[in-house]
Amino acid sequence: MTDIRYVAPQTLDEAVGAYAAAGSAARILAGGTDLLVQMRSGAVQPGLIVDIKKIKELTAVEELSDGGFRFGAAVPGAVLAEHPHFGKIWPGVLEAVNLIGSTQVQGRASAGGNLCNASPAGDSVPAMIAAGAVVTVQGPSGRRELKVEDVPAAPGRTNLKPGEILVFFTLPPRPPGSGDAYLRMIPRTEMDIAVVGCGVSLTLKDGVCTHARVGLGAVAPTALLVAPAAQALIGSRLDDAALNAAANACRAACRPIDDKRGTIAYRTQIAGVLLKRTVKIAAERAQGK
Amino acid sequence: MNIVVNNKWIGQRTIRPDGVDKVTGRAAFAADTTMPGMIWGKVLRSPHPHARIRSIDTSKAEALPGVKAVVTSRDVVDFPLDKSVMLGIQDMRWMCRNVMARDKALFPGHPVAAVAATTEAIAAKACELIEVDYEVLPFSIEIEDAIKPDAPILHEFNKFEGKPSNIVGTLEHKKGDIDEGFKQADIIIERSFTTRPVHQGYIEPHACLISVTADGKATIWSSSQGQFMVRAMTSMLTGIPQSDIRAIPAEIGGGFGGKTIVYLEPLATLLAKKSGRPVKMVMTREEVMRATGPTSGSKSTVKIGAKKDGTIVAAQGTFYLQAGAFPGSPIRGAAGCSFAPYDIANVLSVGYDVCSNRSKVAAYRAPGAPIGAYAVECVLDEVAESLNMEPLEFRLKNAARQGTKAAHGPVFPRIGYIETLEAAKTSPHYSTPTGKLQGRGVASGFWFNAGGESSAQVNITEDGNVVVTTGHPDIGGSRAGIANVCAELLGIDYRRVSVIIGDTQTVGFSNLTGGSRVLFASSMVVTQATEKVINTLRERAAKIWEIDPEAVKWENGAAHPASPNAGQFEPLTLEQLAEKAPMQGGPIGAGVQLNTQGADGGFGTHICDVEVDIELGIARVIRYTAVQDVGRAVHPGYVEGQLQGGVAQGIGWALNEEYIYRSDGKVDNPGFLDYRMPVCSDLPMLDTILVEVPNPKHPQGVKGVGEVPLVPVMAAVANAIYRAVGKRFYALPMSPPKVLAGLDEPVQQAAE
Ligand SMILES: Cc1cc2nc3c(=O)[nH]c(=O)nc-3n(C[C@H](O)[C@H](O)[C@H](O)COP(=O)(O)OP(=O)(O)OC[C@H]3O[C@@H](n4cnc5c(N)ncnc54)[C@H](O)[C@@H]3O)c2cc1C
Repeated sequence: MTDIRYVAPQTLDEAVGAYAAAGSAARILAGGTDLLVQMRSGAVQPGLIVDIKKIKELTAVEELSDGGFRFGAAVPGAVLAEHPHFGKIWPGVLEAVNLIGSTQVQGRASAGGNLCNASPAGDSVPAMIAAGAVVTVQGPSGRRELKVEDVPAAPGRTNLKPGEILVFFTLPPRPPGSGDAYLRMIPRTEMDIAVVGCGVSLTLKDGVCTHARVGLGAVAPTALLVAPAAQALIGSRLDDAALNAAANACRAACRPIDDKRGTIAYRTQIAGVLLKRTVKIAAERAQGK
Repeated sequence: MNIVVNNKWIGQRTIRPDGVDKVTGRAAFAADTTMPGMIWGKVLRSPHPHARIRSIDTSKAEALPGVKAVVTSRDVVDFPLDKSVMLGIQDMRWMCRNVMARDKALFPGHPVAAVAATTEAIAAKACELIEVDYEVLPFSIEIEDAIKPDAPILHEFNKFEGKPSNIVGTLEHKKGDIDEGFKQADIIIERSFTTRPVHQGYIEPHACLISVTADGKATIWSSSQGQFMVRAMTSMLTGIPQSDIRAIPAEIGGGFGGKTIVYLEPLATLLAKKSGRPVKMVMTREEVMRATGPTSGSKSTVKIGAKKDGTIVAAQGTFYLQAGAFPGSPIRGAAGCSFAPYDIANVLSVGYDVCSNRSKVAAYRAPGAPIGAYAVECVLDEVAESLNMEPLEFRLKNAARQGTKAAHGPVFPRIGYIETLEAAKTSPHYSTPTGKLQGRGVASGFWFNAGGESSAQVNITEDGNVVVTTGHPDIGGSRAGIANVCAELLGIDYRRVSVIIGDTQTVGFSNLTGGSRVLFASSMVVTQATEKVINTLRERAAKIWEIDPEAVKWENGAAHPASPNAGQFEPLTLEQLAEKAPMQGGPIGAGVQLNTQGADGGFGTHICDVEVDIELGIARVIRYTAVQDVGRAVHPGYVEGQLQGGVAQGIGWALNEEYIYRSDGKVDNPGFLDYRMPVCSDLPMLDTILVEVPNPKHPQGVKGVGEVPLVPVMAAVANAIYRAVGKRFYALPMSPPKVLAGLDEPVQQAAE
């Protein structure tokens, strides 16, 4: 039996201090919907839990003056859903965050936790990658920024340095004609883990795709930014040839495993199918449909 | 027997007596119980699928501070291999070895020792300190591996065809001459099928709290489908006489057959006895998935021959079922039920019970019957198709009816199978067109149903209300059904009837909740007990009025003179008679104990619509109607609930549920995330049509309804998928990767 210490600091500095001081035995607690499950199963046995939900910066949602968004790493999905504008501008990111778990889980689960848990199947991550989101992290030696796709290192591991806490996500301003979407394949309709997840963000001008980003989840050790898929879309009118090329680029990017959740062949095939479906939804949203 | 017809309460959707407690979270399940001085029990389980246990050293665990008792197989009563001792359908030779491995561990998760300590964490730590010396043996899990000539043998004493074998039992049902039958056929179709083991998926894990006092009296609070089964098994495995064990049934959070055997109770009793402290044990979900009974995986071959006019002339089925670690797979249900809906002159149906290194199967709703029906009803669909016959018409043409001799023995009395087919045919569902990539399948099913021992006590309270005590855990709403029956007979508001589940020392022996028997059997004993009470009430009124008891009738909750000749008296109500009881002969009540007979089998016919996403391989059920002959729906809401629940489980079995094994023999998906039972949003509203052909051998016409609804489902789904995409699948589950691979097959062949 191990005793667990629990702190819930009001400021980020205190949190970083406590977290860094406790070393590898410490864990950050946001919603706890991954952490508590892992503790219960015996997979992690932290000596210190640092609850970050009391820190303002980590729980705020802000619309920036340039039209971008900033929201705290510990903002629960349900809170993000209630923001009057966020879901209008980033419907794909919001639907990805809101797909996590159930109503009960949404009351706790955060995008920061989803990213830092570093599961290749985390639902919000491909949508955030597609959105071009950047995270700000703070540690004992100050603040730095990372692209979302650079945060996960391997299943269950991130590129955060010891003592670093993810503070907030920043999403760029949206030019007119932009839309995003996220789809996942699960055998059930909810309460399941993505067999493949696909996020797409794009901008259309006069029917031509001028900007695109594609994120794929659950097909490799970490969620992927699939630049060749985006390249196949940019400059096209999202016609079948472009969609097929982008779908093939997604399939080519897959490095999945055979496991209880899906086979290599299945995951690879589905990555392309989801890409096409996700692009269609993002394009409809970009055209205001 | 006269069937009650003037129903006020029978057939009403009354509020269930346990409803408020359940929706407010007050209902006490086994894991909710605590006692002063209580300690925690944990089980050490084998990590190996197959290993000889050379020795177990528990000394370090016993020395750990906080540990109060350790037990191993030495503490469990041994039932030697050479003599079968049956308790219900369980052989105690296997039960004693299943609750605690003796010479061999036979599956990963097989208990090898148990510890009780002051905290769960200390108990878990103590388990780690137990040293087990295993000789690891080769293992087999899948049927085809277990029946290979060189397969590792689980039970060396067992011989099949003269050689040690994992085939531990066979069963054959024969009717007519199968070879002659096939000679008459114009068309013969033979197909092979596989199904994966699936778990009952009850949400409440097994749990118990057990106290054994210094004078050896045990009290058990546990979640089970039968407190008397718990008492008898615990008695036999611990040596404590039944009269010293009081088994109190907790509210049960699902069982579906899986709680008709014990896992924890004997161990907790032994730990409690050794330690002198009450011991609580609660399984984790992982333990439930690894070590408690799923139902069998299977491999079957079905061959059906028919004439051009649609008459089935011969039917043959061979069903191999995985028993798990110990003999006892439900081959009786697979071989016995699968052809029962049809009047076929020549039948040969054979079952093989196959042991392999996974957890011992436990009953699951109509055990074995869904496995058999899946194969048979899929082949029937193909036969009908090749005869160009509409599938329901084909079934109607061959339907069993009163007088049909079933291959498993009985000659059917008045049954309602044809009525289910007719109701399906004329249902609004059946005539609605299906859309693109949608398909409609039908299938039927049969289950034996059971009667057996039940006891009830009906007491009139001093204020003129009623308490009914029965002995069956209520899983499907039986308390509400019994309240309806008793209120009907007494002619009073059902809210005046309180229905209680007694413990083993306060109500007479009642067999477990299983075999769809509870409302059938308990309403029979409650009816007889209530009739006795009514006779007493008539006698009391007769005494007060000074007339003959025969001249008193009971109506609308009161005694009345039977006719004007009997005299002019104001009616005496139940309340008035209860008030006068002390002066008129004492308390009013009656108990009845019976071995109930006359539980006739049940039939159902299901219609399923699916839509297939052919790019993702996902089949979704978009409409479903279950039609069943339910005898008499004493409480239609709970009958519908039984039908819907069975269908939901069958859809899971058909589409996603399966045990997945790793190469080391361990279950890879021991939790609800990856063991994919359907969630609410996976299913459409499941429609039901209740056909009521009353059971003439039951006072209210009741037939068992709880198990039939699972029987036809997998075939209905499979047949629907075929109609949607033109491809037949012969293996369950029809999960997205498999469906997609199947749909891609012809394309790949064309490309080669
Ligand atoms: C019933 C259920 C259903 C679920 N369904 C889904 C699903 O559909 N899709 C899906 O993707 N996930 C699902 N999950 C997993 C989980 O809910 C998500 O990953 C969720 O986003 C985690 O967020 P959290 O705030 O609860 O994280 P926590 O559990 O608090 O944290 C997760 C990990 O990240 C670390 N961490 C958290 N915040 C920070 C931070 N700011 N800086 C540094 N490290 C941090 C923690 O130490 C921990 O290791 C489900 C979980 C449950 C229990």
